Amino acid sequence: MKLISKLIKFELQNSIRSKWIIVYSLIFFVLTFLLFSFETDSAKASLTLTNLILIVIPLVSIIFGVMFVYNSIEYVQLVLCQPIDRKSLFIGLYLGNTFPLIFGFVLSIILGTLFSGILLSSLKPILITLLIGIFLTLIFTAISFWIGFRIIDKAKGLGTAIILWFSFAVLYDGILLLIIYSFREYPIENFALAACLINPIDLARVFFILDFNIAALMGYTGAVFNKFFGSSLGIIVSFSMLVVWFIIPFLFGMRRFLKKDF
Amino acid sequence: MKNNFHHILTKTVTFLVFIGLSEFNFGSTIIIDAKEKIKSISEGIFLAKSYDTLIIKRGIYKEGNIKIDKPLTIKGIDNPILDGDSQFEILTISSEEVHISGLTFHNAGVNYLKENAAVRFENVNSGSVAHSTFINNFFGIYLAKANNIKVINNFIRANGSKEASSGNGIHMWNCRDIEVSNNYIQGHRDGIYLEFVKQAKINNNHGENNLRYGLHFMFSDSCTYISNNFISNSAGVAVMYSHNVVMTQNRFADNWGAAAYGLLLKDITNSQITKNQFIRNTSGIYIEGCNRSRFENNLFEKNGWAIKLMANSFDNLFTSNSFIASSFDVATNSRQNFNTFSKNFWSMYEGYDLDKDGFGDVPYRPVKLFSLMIEQNKPTLVLLNSLFIKLLNIAESVFPVLTPETLLDAFPLMRET
Amino acid sequence: MLKLDDISKKFGKITVLNKITTDFEKGRITSIVGPNGSGKTTIIKTILGLVKPDSGQILINNQQINGSHQYRQNIGYMPQLSNFPENLKVYEVINMVSDLRGLKPQIDEKLLNSIKLNAELNKGIKTLSGGNKQKLSAYLALVFNPSFIILDEPTAGLDPVVSCSFKKRILKERESGKTIILTSHIMSEIEELSDNIIFLLEGRIVYSGSLEFLLASSGEDSLEVAVANMMDRSEE
Repeated sequence: MKLISKLIKFELQNSIRSKWIIVYSLIFFVLTFLLFSFETDSAKASLTLTNLILIVIPLVSIIFGVMFVYNSIEYVQLVLCQPIDRKSLFIGLYLGNTFPLIFGFVLSIILGTLFSGILLSSLKPILITLLIGIFLTLIFTAISFWIGFRIIDKAKGLGTAIILWFSFAVLYDGILLLIIYSFREYPIENFALAACLINPIDLARVFFILDFNIAALMGYTGAVFNKFFGSSLGIIVSFSMLVVWFIIPFLFGMRRFLKKDF
Repeated sequence: MKNNFHHILTKTVTFLVFIGLSEFNFGSTIIIDAKEKIKSISEGIFLAKSYDTLIIKRGIYKEGNIKIDKPLTIKGIDNPILDGDSQFEILTISSEEVHISGLTFHNAGVNYLKENAAVRFENVNSGSVAHSTFINNFFGIYLAKANNIKVINNFIRANGSKEASSGNGIHMWNCRDIEVSNNYIQGHRDGIYLEFVKQAKINNNHGENNLRYGLHFMFSDSCTYISNNFISNSAGVAVMYSHNVVMTQNRFADNWGAAAYGLLLKDITNSQITKNQFIRNTSGIYIEGCNRSRFENNLFEKNGWAIKLMANSFDNLFTSNSFIASSFDVATNSRQNFNTFSKNFWSMYEGYDLDKDGFGDVPYRPVKLFSLMIEQNKPTLVLLNSLFIKLLNIAESVFPVLTPETLLDAFPLMRET
Repeated sequence: MLKLDDISKKFGKITVLNKITTDFEKGRITSIVGPNGSGKTTIIKTILGLVKPDSGQILINNQQINGSHQYRQNIGYMPQLSNFPENLKVYEVINMVSDLRGLKPQIDEKLLNSIKLNAELNKGIKTLSGGNKQKLSAYLALVFNPSFIILDEPTAGLDPVVSCSFKKRILKERESGKTIILTSHIMSEIEELSDNIIFLLEGRIVYSGSLEFLLASSGEDSLEVAVANMMDRSEE
């Protein structure tokens, strides 16, 4: 544990000097501030912000993570020549990469909403937005680590990351829509719901609409829907799935890292 | 010194009131008290002459059905309870000028044929019921063929769980010039129900958690509904087959469900729906077969659908409304549109105002492709807010193919009104 | 003593190490030689645990060490190409490695001077030349006084002056009883430094023994020719 915190410390030293993370945080800060100051309606601002987060955080996290892995190979080699076990190093690398992203994101949202004077008045949607952002960072960084340590070729790895992001963010929903339409004669709501829980971006979106669009969700009479969206079941299930979505790629990435030849 | 003065003043006032009651008020006062000579209300009524005042003291009175057939003023002191024993109608009033206040009514019995109520006015032309409490009655206040009745400041609550075995809070049938104000109604089938009522004034009432509608009226023309709250009723508020309805400054909130509407309008004409708030309803207003009505200065916030407008509605005008953060602003069931949307504020509007006249330079199309998709295929609802859907919506709003081409706000406001 | 016992490793379909069994003796410098791609670096990385062998054992003083990491406390390693976290400064890298080894950060001025790194201490890694990075690497391999020193092409990027003083330092380390493993393409350097030679060809040990014996048995007086002969012979 002490070792992991040391490794995280080095990573943080490293990333604080990287301009990327500052730019990333600044963009979120300015966006949040502008959105909440100039948008008369905080509900809409929060919707816009979340929509943005659903797109930007997965993209940034996955690209940032893959690049980070490729840029860290020498560092990893250096550290692995020291009396350090690989598991600690992996956790250290992972947290060292996600902490600044999460910290930058959370801080800029909180400051942005604080300066525009909206933080306390709409605390709940902001907390949900933060939670979604944190989970998406954790999930997509875990995925990127898996890709990075699995695919040796940088260009191939980066390409895979972008394709994966595009599939999760856009393509998946398009295909899902197509399937729902093709099978509309059949009871397909279970499938539609399950399909949303399988894609992490959809999952985060569902988590958000559970709070934000609940009135509309209640307009659909399907029993499964009503049970899922109408009770705390939806929150529990989607939250657990978010956790699962974090754990699985993380473990796969770690397993890969433990076996990898450097 | 001061105490002394106060004492004298109290005595004087008491004296004057006494004089007032006995001299100028036609009748005398009869006191009903379980511990005194006249123990029951029925006995009190039997003894009373027209225009007498009955004072009912604290106690529980189980006397089955009590009939009032002469003008009387009945006042409760310290919340006397009239109990229908879950079998009877409690007060049945068939005389003019019966005024009731300060009573508590419990357990008017369920009877589908007679529709038992705690208080019933039937075939009378004046009367009032005020400051009374109604707990667990089949029907609360029932007005049948009654005119000029005032129903004011009552608290009406039932614990009904099934729509079928539960009556209405305030029920009006075939009435005229009724005033219903400052009542609180909860847990009944319909909070306030009007059928064939003319010129009623329904003001400042609060209907919450009723099993069907907070307010329900049919065939009731020229009625006004001002400053009422209808919250979390299982189907919201339904308004049908009426003309010249005025609904203003009401609040419709938290009515959730596939068949729940902040306000359901069916076959309504020449009416005014203004300055109301529709908040967090599955559908803010559902409009079917409505003509020549004005929807002005209303606030729609965080509804699933702010407005569901069926194509059999004509010549309605929607203006100066604010549509804020609803999942869908307007849904419709046809590519035809015969209604006008103009000068509303739409929070989802993403246009610009280069000429700074306060109106967006690009028209706003409140009907989104995705809302059509949902109508055709409900499970697509899971894709709400998805990036892919957003792209589809944008494409459709640039080249409308499936959404009604003329349903647009050519002058969308840049700022909330 | 460091011992490899029947180590094999494949990268995909290519066998990189084929049943390698050998010893590295204490107080000796053992050089691994062989053509490009013969598996020199892979052997070193296997010892370090950077590469995981498919089979076989690595033993230090008869204790199996594959999979563990504590033993690296006793290893100093200088890689062929040195790279360090870009955003750190030289002294920060030194401090970081000390810290990772659980030691208090301190600078060995004498060692620093001997490889002429003292002027670079406050420079950022980003601005460092390849040679200076090699020096930093050399410093890190030696500064913790490890019992095993592994040097992969150590003098490749160093200027002659530093290279010379570095070689002196290595010989001194041998005197103090360290186990030293070396790879190099420069045969003269190997002749100058080595006690033992391991000759690798396509992942197989062709020769393992003392330098003198190799030279004596081949009848040549330069290692370069002896090695070339050995390669010719094995190709036939």
